[in-house]
Amino acid sequence: MWLIDSSIGRKVVMSVTGAALILFLTFHMAMNCVALISGEAYNVICEFLGANWYALVGTAGLAVLMVLHFVFAFWLTIQNRKARGNVRYAVSERPKSVEWASQNMLVLGIIVFVGLLVHFANFWSKMQLQEIIHGTNFVAGQNGPTDGAFLIQYTFSQWYYVVVYTVWLAALWFHLSHGFWSMFQTVGWSGSKWQRRWQVIGNIYVTLVILGFLSVVYFYFFKSLC
Amino acid sequence: MEKNISFKLKIWRQRGPKEKGQFKVYEMKDIPTDTSFLEMLDILNEQLINAGEEPVVFDHDCREGICGMCSLYINGHPHGPATGATTCQLYMRRFKDGETITVEPWRSAGFPVIRDLMVDRRAYDKIMQAGGYVSINTGGVPDANAIPISKEKADLAMDAASCIGCGACVAACKNGSAMLFVSAKVSQLALLPQGQVEAARRAKAMLSKMDELGFGNCTNTRACEAECPKCISISNIARLNREFIAAKLSD
Repeated sequence: MWLIDSSIGRKVVMSVTGAALILFLTFHMAMNCVALISGEAYNVICEFLGANWYALVGTAGLAVLMVLHFVFAFWLTIQNRKARGNVRYAVSERPKSVEWASQNMLVLGIIVFVGLLVHFANFWSKMQLQEIIHGTNFVAGQNGPTDGAFLIQYTFSQWYYVVVYTVWLAALWFHLSHGFWSMFQTVGWSGSKWQRRWQVIGNIYVTLVILGFLSVVYFYFFKSLC
Repeated sequence: MEKNISFKLKIWRQRGPKEKGQFKVYEMKDIPTDTSFLEMLDILNEQLINAGEEPVVFDHDCREGICGMCSLYINGHPHGPATGATTCQLYMRRFKDGETITVEPWRSAGFPVIRDLMVDRRAYDKIMQAGGYVSINTGGVPDANAIPISKEKADLAMDAASCIGCGACVAACKNGSAMLFVSAKVSQLALLPQGQVEAARRAKAMLSKMDELGFGNCTNTRACEAECPKCISISNIARLNREFIAAKLSD
């Protein structure tokens, strides 16, 4: 199977799973922005998704994509470190045209993953998980498993979560700023003109997505201060 | 303006592929800035021989930037701090008086050290042998311009063909990937009608040879492109990806 036993194939897996995850983030960000307008409307979306079969299928699909992205990332990194040889350069300088993020994708990915665990503890474990196991492990004041608006308000009224989420989203920005154009390059949909175009399009797109997420965090943080 | 500079050379010395290497520091005095880097190493070696020591082993041949024999990882850059130039095209005017210049061999599992600064780059030959050619039954000489090729395509093919196979891309890559080299060698033929016949076979054979020889996976850091003495573009890597994926999908 060429997707597993060739270097380009393995990269294609990273590219395609990455693209799907970016699309998911876009959807998630659009959904979050509803909370800027109305908490009730946001809860309607939470109810619509909840633990319905399509939401569960979607979640399972995302989990598979994520696991593939992680497994291939570690696999590629191990191979790449081996290919680099045992002796490291004593002096090594990064050329100006090389983005910092591009050489630290695994580290950034790990930060994103750790942030994801925090995020799961904050939201997923109090929402979809409770609905699946018919549990009642809610935060005091949370009105049922689909009361996402309350959890947003609750989480981002605590300043340390604001800090954690900001760091998390910043790491995600760096990860995606390289990942976006890189996925087009990997599947070959790039060239001397399109490489630069994808880079610019990617920077704008990713910045908008991350700003969308951040706006909800800070909106509720400042709201809690007032 | 020519002047003389003195500096320290910190050079990797390693007696053989299996032996442990280490850096040795040499003092260089009053070297004219118009000296090329390799001439400077010649001066060092002359001093070492006169002192009864072993000279530093390094690769070099044409000394005009076209053969791809010279290498050296100088102060953190393959082929030194100059851009679009090989080590043999590097002059001492790039360096400051009193500086310490660190010289290392290419470091990659695909290019094991033979001795000192000389590495074994036969892996590139093996990749070329896997498919980096066009099979032709030689007959009479065809008429010039019998096969029309657009100027754009011809230029791109020539740009790809300017790769001298020095290995700087592998040396620069944190993944030790040879993708820039392989992509240039695939592109120079894939862009032309003569290369179309064997295009799919070539992309698959050269890539699998590259993987087999232990080179890494490309992660699009673009370090290769930045350090390439011939300024080969990573758009060639995109083309190789395209060629390879298309070949695999049509299998």
